[in-house]
Amino acid sequence: MRIPDPLKNNMYAELARRNLKRQAVRTVLAAIGIIIGVIAISSMGILGNSLKLSVTDSFSDIGDKIIVSPVPGEDFITDKQVDQIKKVSNIESVIPVISGGEIVEYKKGGTTIQYYVAVYDIKKDDLDKLADLQEGRHFKPGSTECVVGSSIAKNLDLKLGQKIEIDGSNLRVVGILKERGLGFDINTDSGVFTSSEMYGKLYPDADEGYGTVIVIVKDIDKIDSVMKDIKERINKKDELVTVFATNSITESLDSVFKSISLFLMGIGSISLLVAGVSILNVMLMSTMERTKEIGIMKAVGASRRDILKMFLLEALFLGVIASTAGAILTIGGSYLIMSLLVKNTSYLFTLSSMFYVVEGFFFGIATSLLGGMYPAWKASMMRPLDALRYE
Amino acid sequence: MPETIADIRKVTKIYTLGENKIYALNKVSAKIEKGDFVTIMGSSGSGKSTLLNMLGCLDLPTSGKVLINNTDLSKLDDEGLTSLRRNNIGFIFQQFNLIQTLTAVENVEIPMIFNGASPGKRRKRALKLLQRAQLPPEYADHKPNELSGGQQQRVAIARALANNPTILLADEPTGNLDSKTGHGVMELLRELNQAGTTVIVVTHDPRMEEYSRTTIRLQDGEVVNENP
Repeated sequence: MRIPDPLKNNMYAELARRNLKRQAVRTVLAAIGIIIGVIAISSMGILGNSLKLSVTDSFSDIGDKIIVSPVPGEDFITDKQVDQIKKVSNIESVIPVISGGEIVEYKKGGTTIQYYVAVYDIKKDDLDKLADLQEGRHFKPGSTECVVGSSIAKNLDLKLGQKIEIDGSNLRVVGILKERGLGFDINTDSGVFTSSEMYGKLYPDADEGYGTVIVIVKDIDKIDSVMKDIKERINKKDELVTVFATNSITESLDSVFKSISLFLMGIGSISLLVAGVSILNVMLMSTMERTKEIGIMKAVGASRRDILKMFLLEALFLGVIASTAGAILTIGGSYLIMSLLVKNTSYLFTLSSMFYVVEGFFFGIATSLLGGMYPAWKASMMRPLDALRYE
Repeated sequence: MPETIADIRKVTKIYTLGENKIYALNKVSAKIEKGDFVTIMGSSGSGKSTLLNMLGCLDLPTSGKVLINNTDLSKLDDEGLTSLRRNNIGFIFQQFNLIQTLTAVENVEIPMIFNGASPGKRRKRALKLLQRAQLPPEYADHKPNELSGGQQQRVAIARALANNPTILLADEPTGNLDSKTGHGVMELLRELNQAGTTVIVVTHDPRMEEYSRTTIRLQDGEVVNENP
C-alpha cells in the first residue's frame, strides 16, 4: 500500500501504517472481520431495497388516486353520486368506469385463440389520464373500434387494424396502450376499451350506473380530506360506497419493506459487532506488545493525547481500508449475483441501494474506531515507568 | 553562585512488596548545578535508577520534593510532566530503547514530532544531531536492528538531544557496550556537557567516574557521600 505524499510527512500516519504492516497477518485477519461485516450490512440493505423496488415497480400508481366503489348490496354508483363527488374540492378529475369481464376471441389462421379480458367503457379523455397510447389512436365515439392493453396485444399477437371478436361482435383494434403495470384502479394492461355505444351493444342489460369511480386528486397531501368529503357527501344516511386511497397501499408497503430492510441489516450488524470485538482484541494485543514502545514514547515526550491519537489512527486506517474493500466487494458481488441470478442489475445502481453501501462503509469505520478506543485509552493511561520496565 | 537545576529534598520512595515495605530511597537530598556532570554510583538495588527516574519526571516520590528548574514536580499534572520531560529532559537508556519500526533518523525525529516541529525542519535537525552523535551518515536510514550497539546508543543520544534539553539523563549508558565503545559514548557525553548541557549518569562502573565532576554515592537508598 502506498501512502499519498502529504501523509508521508505525517509520522503518526507513517507509524500507524508500519505498525499495521508489522503484524501483517493479524491486521489482515482483523480487516477480514470488518470486510465481512461491511459486506453483510450493505448487502442485506441492498437485498431489502431490491425487494422493495421490485415490488413497488410492479405497481404503477403514484398514489394520487381514490377508488370509490359500491358497498356489497349496492349494485352500482349512480350519476347523481358522481355529480356529488365532482363537487368535492381539490379534485383533478373524476373518472366513472363501466366494466365487464369477457372472453375475447381472435382468429388467427384457422385457430381461434380465447383470452379473458375486462371490457371498459371509459371516455376517451379519461382513458388518457390513466394510460398512454403506445401506438395507433383512440377509438371514435359511436364506432366499433377499440383500444387494447399491452398484455392483450402481446398475448394475442395483435397488430393495429386487426379484428377481435367479443360476444359475437367484431371490434377493430385501432390503438395499443403502453404497459403500465399492476394498478389499484383498473388494470389497463389487460383491458379492452371501447365506445359507450359499442359497450351498450355488448351489454344491453348493463346497469344504469358505474362499477367504479376513479378520483384523481390535485394534491396528494389533500388525499385524506378528499376521502373524508366524499364519504360525508354520499354516505350521509346510509353506507352506500367504500372509499379507498391507493397510496395507503404503497405507504404500508413502504413501512413493511423498511422493517424488512432494518431486520436484514440487524442481522448484518451482528457480524460487524463480531468484527468490532476482533478489532478490540487485535488492538489490545498490540498495545500489550508495544507497552515498552509506549513507555519510550512517553519518556521522550509523548503526551497521553499523542498516544491516544496514534492508536486511534491505526484503528482508523484499518477501518477505512477494510471498509473500502468491503464496499467494493459488496458492489462487485451484488452485481455478479444480480446479473447471474436475476439478470437485472438496475436495482443495484439506485441511490437507495448505494446508500446502504455508504452506510455499511461508515458503520465499518465506526466499528473499528469503537473497537480501537478502549485499547488506545488503555495505552495512553499507562504510566511511563511501568511501561518502560515491561518486558 | 551556580544555578541549581535539580533540587532533591528529603525524597523517600517506598515500594510495597507483599507485606514488606522496601525503601528504594530514604530521605535523599541533593542539589545538582547547571552545567555539571554528575554520576550516580551504587550497586544494584541502591536506588540510583529510582532517583534518575524521579529527575526525569517518570516517577514521583512517596514523600519529599523534586524541583527541576525550580518547578515542583508534585504540583504538575500529567500534561505538565509530559511537557517538562519533552522540553527539558533527554533520556538515554541502557537498552537504547529505540523504536524498532522506525529508522535511525526517524527515531531522532520522534521527540520533535511531539513538540510540533514541521517535517522538513525536524528531518534536517535530526540528521545534524546524528552527525553530532557521530553516527556515520550512511546509517541514518537503517532500522535499529541493523545497527551495532554503539551505533544504536549514538542514535539514542541524538534522540535525547532532539528538543535541545537542559538535562541529559543516562541510565547505565555503557552497560550494554564493550569498554571501547563505552568510552566513546562517554566521550560524547563529555563533549555535550562541555557545550553546556547538564549530564547525569547512573552507573555502577567505577571507571565512568573519571568523566564526572560530581559523584553521588547511594547505598540501600541513602546517600553515602557527596563530594563537590
